[in-house]
Amino acid sequence: MSLFYAETHEWAETEGNIATVGISDHAQHELGDIVFIELPEAGKKVVAGKFLCEVESVKAVSEIYSPVSGTIVEINEELESSPEKINENARANWICKIEFTSIPENLMTEKDYLAKQA
Amino acid sequence: MAKRTPLYDTHVALGGRIVDFAGYELPVQYETGIIAEHTAVRTKAGFFDCSHMGEFILSGKEAEKALNYLLTNNFSGMLPGKVRYSLACYENGGIVDDVLVYKVNDTRFMVVVNASNMEKDAAWFRANIRDFEVKFENISEQTALIAIQGPFSEEIVRKLTQEIPEKYYSFLENINIDGVKCIISRTGYTGEKGYEVYCPSSKAKEIYSKILEAGKEFDGIPCGLGARDTLRMEAGLPLYGHELSSEIPAGETGLSYAIKMDKSDFIGKKAIQNHEPKYSRTGGLVLDRGIAREGSLIFSGSKEVGKVTSGTHSPTLEKSIIIVRIQSEFLNSSDLAVDVRGRKLKIELCPLPFYKSSKQ
Repeated sequence: MSLFYAETHEWAETEGNIATVGISDHAQHELGDIVFIELPEAGKKVVAGKFLCEVESVKAVSEIYSPVSGTIVEINEELESSPEKINENARANWICKIEFTSIPENLMTEKDYLAKQA
Repeated sequence: MAKRTPLYDTHVALGGRIVDFAGYELPVQYETGIIAEHTAVRTKAGFFDCSHMGEFILSGKEAEKALNYLLTNNFSGMLPGKVRYSLACYENGGIVDDVLVYKVNDTRFMVVVNASNMEKDAAWFRANIRDFEVKFENISEQTALIAIQGPFSEEIVRKLTQEIPEKYYSFLENINIDGVKCIISRTGYTGEKGYEVYCPSSKAKEIYSKILEAGKEFDGIPCGLGARDTLRMEAGLPLYGHELSSEIPAGETGLSYAIKMDKSDFIGKKAIQNHEPKYSRTGGLVLDRGIAREGSLIFSGSKEVGKVTSGTHSPTLEKSIIIVRIQSEFLNSSDLAVDVRGRKLKIELCPLPFYKSSKQ
């Protein structure tokens, strides 16, 4: 199992060819109170670095980008009614699982990502 | 470069997330977050730095006469110690700003204006009072403004002074807080019971910390611009640049109570008289999942009939709320939808406000 972070503040935890994807703690903190998430659809193809879904805080809407390329195989439907769970724990409350075909080389390890935020 | 209010360092020390607003560096929220700050005002108390707002003094024999000519509301017969809301209009009926007028006495008034319009308003006031025996002073820089809002606001203010304005939209001046002379009014921009304290900028830090201290036992917390915006939206209160602008005719704002067509001439009166309002300002709920923001277009079927002037997630209602400017003939349409980035979400119009406090 490996954990990666994208420059755009998403995390991807890979196991086999499945990546579980969410946003970083830094991202949830920057967004503030999350009140809505438009979850992506299972079965949809996504491209690394491109649009995955959008989340809305009280103040504004923000786009979330896919850290990997592949096909969405599962979404975390719990977030639909309780998007604030992302604020409570951004690492535990994943957005979707993606069966990935490739992982970009520019993803960072957690250590490098956190060092960059500091 | 953006200006700072006298409380800037205090906001930073309190963990405020600073943004640029109306040319000022102000906290949009603190670590508590917008929802917690919003809820504090609805259930306990919250404290806002509104020092960016502008304050003008109009004094002299013809101060009242000048205000009656410059502004849309009527200031004749107003009692000293009262506050009155008004619009200021251009000759064409578009809106210069919305303001609060404080009557100190027959020859002295304070006018509180929006920060984003302060320079424009000052020039507009100066240009339009020329024919009156009245003196104009812009005291914005030396005046700080702190709002204390929430059901426990009165208890908190009573810990600072025994003299407090009893009635909604009234004020007292020369109130002594910690040796500083302040104006306290029973006003606010949250739809909740509340007070606003005007004090010299040089004393703002001390006064603010007294307020925070007094508020502790009631769980009062500092609140930022984010909560200020969600609170005023729930209360259905207009914000210049959103519900009001130079492009929006005064007669289409739903603020007729502040536009007195039966008084003698005032700037914009003719245009307002001759204009048949086509649009209305009203509230709406987004029924489908999603949040509509300012600028989203409203459709009846495929026809564009209006737009969202403010929109957010309402923390109190836990619903997606919008304030809209819509062609009046479509107010009763049953097929209204808002376009949110290409998705048409069903909406239902409703009267403003979305929230009304029982003891404002």
